[in-house]
Amino acid sequence: MKLARDTWLIFQRQLQLLLRNPVWVFVGVFQPVMYLLLFAPLLKPALNAPTQAAAYKIFVPGLLVLLAIFGGLFQGFGLIAELRAGVIERSRVTPISRLALLLGRSLRDVVSLLVQAVIITLLALLFDLRVFIGDLLLAYLMLALIALMTSAVSYGVALKVKSEDALAPLMNTVAQPVLLLSGILLPLTFAPGWLQGVAEWNPFSWAVDGTRALFAGDLANDKVWQGLAIIAVLAAAGVFWAARQFARSVR
Amino acid sequence: MIETRGLRKSFRSRQGRETKTVDAVRGVNLQVPAGEIFGFLGPNGAGKTTTLRMLATLIAPDGGDATIAGADLRKEPAEVRRRIGYVAQGGSTWDECTAREELVLHARMYGIGKADAHRRAVRALDAFQLTEYADRKCKTYSGGQRRRVEIALGIIHEPKIVFLDEPTTGLDPQSRAHMWDEIRRLRTEGMTVFITTHYLDEADALCDRIAIMDHGEVVAEGTPAELKREISGDVVLVGLDLASTPQAAQLLDGEEYLNKLETADEGGLRLYVDEGATAIPQILRRLDHAGLSMTSIELHRPSLDDVFLTKTGRSLRES
Repeated sequence: MKLARDTWLIFQRQLQLLLRNPVWVFVGVFQPVMYLLLFAPLLKPALNAPTQAAAYKIFVPGLLVLLAIFGGLFQGFGLIAELRAGVIERSRVTPISRLALLLGRSLRDVVSLLVQAVIITLLALLFDLRVFIGDLLLAYLMLALIALMTSAVSYGVALKVKSEDALAPLMNTVAQPVLLLSGILLPLTFAPGWLQGVAEWNPFSWAVDGTRALFAGDLANDKVWQGLAIIAVLAAAGVFWAARQFARSVR
Repeated sequence: MIETRGLRKSFRSRQGRETKTVDAVRGVNLQVPAGEIFGFLGPNGAGKTTTLRMLATLIAPDGGDATIAGADLRKEPAEVRRRIGYVAQGGSTWDECTAREELVLHARMYGIGKADAHRRAVRALDAFQLTEYADRKCKTYSGGQRRRVEIALGIIHEPKIVFLDEPTTGLDPQSRAHMWDEIRRLRTEGMTVFITTHYLDEADALCDRIAIMDHGEVVAEGTPAELKREISGDVVLVGLDLASTPQAAQLLDGEEYLNKLETADEGGLRLYVDEGATAIPQILRRLDHAGLSMTSIELHRPSLDDVFLTKTGRSLRES
């Protein structure tokens, strides 16, 4: 009960801060729309898809997972600014739950990601993408779990390194192979065998496959539950680890 | 109200390949009774902030323990947090939020209900003369206003003790005097106030009792008056031109009230006496008789800096 109340307090404040920064809101919407409008048209010929809609069924889920990963991983920057402003320390002298300090922030990130996801889905509908609503909601659950994990990890790392100069290259180094080995932009069906073998070990690759299966209306596909399970476990571990950083962080 | 026993903390710092252990705080024993303004005086890096952060549950001590407002620092940190307020040195507000929003949120972080939090915010804004700016964003505040918001945040839950880390650093003289009044008001309201400072005049004017800290240890403790009394005697500075200095020195040397006499290179005398008030008339009479004219005479009472100098061998102004 206390955890829920404390989380809600932090969530409200974080959402307020986000909405007060119109630049962020604009960038958050503008970037994915650009991908959709400027990159997606290349896909139909490139993927040899029969129709534009078929190409979107492959590309849109990948784009959403991409947003969830990157949106989450770079949240740590905001936290470093907060560290510097002293608001983290100010929170830590109160009896507020340490887990709430993390969850309130990460849930804000999840909500802002889901808003982006809805905007993109609606736009894609204009391009004849059709998804069954139940499948779509499950796909959103997958995205929410990914964002929860990546943002929690990013906050935890930010508390450890405490400087933007260290966080930026670190996050880029993590994000790049994750991105390339997940088949986000192009499905790994085109990849040589060894590359597919490596991708097997990338949890995000499972998440992307699961999300694509959902967009294809293939709920029975094993990749769906496997992807959800893998990401849920990782999200729980990420949240647990990052909350510990909030409890022990110095300065 | 606060009792610490052998509080210790060391940090590991890496310089190149070597790892060095820095003993930031080496065994601090303190007893601070309720209702006083207690000051931690010392140069930067003396371990004041580290000690404060340990007492505020922000970092765990390596050794020793403490009881704060009746709660055990090691065993019940959550209880300590409920009973204390802490105001950090470097600020603690979100630029984009208003003072009112900050006060309400902070009260709620202490578990206070929404309506009550709003009432407390109104009262705090009024008490710290912030009502006028209550709904402006913190980034528009002056240094003094911002500091007042931060202190209001620190006491929004009416703690028994409030820790203020360098509360007046960076403030202009007027805001500083204002801040002293605010701190005295907290004491009147029954709070125990624990401040750190590296300003001698602040420790002297504001604190009921002080502990002088250097290199992680408390080297002296007492009321400012007690500490100064330990340094025996006053210093009388007599301004003379270079030519008449040797004659004056000869005249005064051996007087029974004089403990020690020093000649300044640029002329003039430095006389160490027990009691300045009784020595000065005698010095004046003596010099007047001999027809020597002074350019100035100055009574120098021992300051906290002299105390610091005696205890550590350095002047606080230099360090």
